[in-house]
Amino acid sequence: MCTYHTEFADLEGSAKGKDGWFSVTRAAVYVDHPYHAQLEHSVNIDFTAPELGPAARVAVELTEESARALVAAIEAALAAAPPGLAASPTRAPATP
Amino acid sequence: MNEIIDSSDTFTSGTVPIPGQGGDEIAAYLARPLAAEPRGGVVVLHHMPGYDEAHKEITRKFAAHGYLAIMPNLHFRDAPGADPDDAAAANRANGGVPDARLVGDVEAAAAYLRGMPNSNGKVGVIGYCSGGRQAFLAACTVDLDAAVDCYGAFVTAHSPDGFPIAVPPIVGLAPELRCPLLGLFGADDKFPAPGETAELSAVLTELGKEFEFHTYEGAGHAFFSTNRPAYRPEAAVSGWARVFDFFGRHLNTP
Repeated sequence: MCTYHTEFADLEGSAKGKDGWFSVTRAAVYVDHPYHAQLEHSVNIDFTAPELGPAARVAVELTEESARALVAAIEAALAAAPPGLAASPTRAPATP
Repeated sequence: MNEIIDSSDTFTSGTVPIPGQGGDEIAAYLARPLAAEPRGGVVVLHHMPGYDEAHKEITRKFAAHGYLAIMPNLHFRDAPGADPDDAAAANRANGGVPDARLVGDVEAAAAYLRGMPNSNGKVGVIGYCSGGRQAFLAACTVDLDAAVDCYGAFVTAHSPDGFPIAVPPIVGLAPELRCPLLGLFGADDKFPAPGETAELSAVLTELGKEFEFHTYEGAGHAFFSTNRPAYRPEAAVSGWARVFDFFGRHLNTP
């Protein structure tokens, strides 16, 4: 099935696509048919910079288990580092 | 010249510009038999992951069977000239293909085919997955002679698991269905589940519309997709036979 549903997140950072590194500004996350993975459905994440055009995209297609493992790994990595170490320098520091 | 060798199946294929909805120029993939005899045409609607190689292959298959065939790039406006997967992602981020735009693009594609010198004036539409829903939409809104819906979900409004549906149901358009409809579905598909297609069947029967639905046991969603794990050869081979029988009856008659 096509879910037609997409979640978005504003991002600040970089990603490496087919034309090299670029500043990534948005992620689109959706559960739907993959383009490449040999799965009927997958958790798809597009790291993009819409202002740079459609080819500024790093795409991943994951099983549900892989996506949850990725979320857990991100949370664990953040928990293992001093709070705020990777915080955006352009935003106000979190209140202690 | 060897008269036994028959070259009437020769066709050419490639990308052409066509005027889409609102006069926008969009890319389309055209597969065109060269023989002069008049023949029917088929508009192919690709699935949501894009205007890809698999659906270009399907478009060529229709030409190999003697039809004029064209597949408009439904994502062209979102990312002109981009790779199909990038264009599909851009289209998704933009909210998908608007129904009104789809209708205009199918109208334009059908007109393009009817304008070809070896067209007999008859044009059908076939769509896969999201394109299946769009084929039904086109069959209710565009002057077409036959339509094939391959496992299009959300024609009716079912969401048995309670998840939000992001596209509007279009079953209300059923009274406007203008042409015979063939529906090909998988018994193991959940979207559309057999209950949803049965509901659509009941609506069309009540309205006295010409249609035939076939649901294949042992097949689920996307059973025609030869490059996907969902491919089911028995259902796909039978399905293709039904498609060519159906289009043969409705598009290749004088």
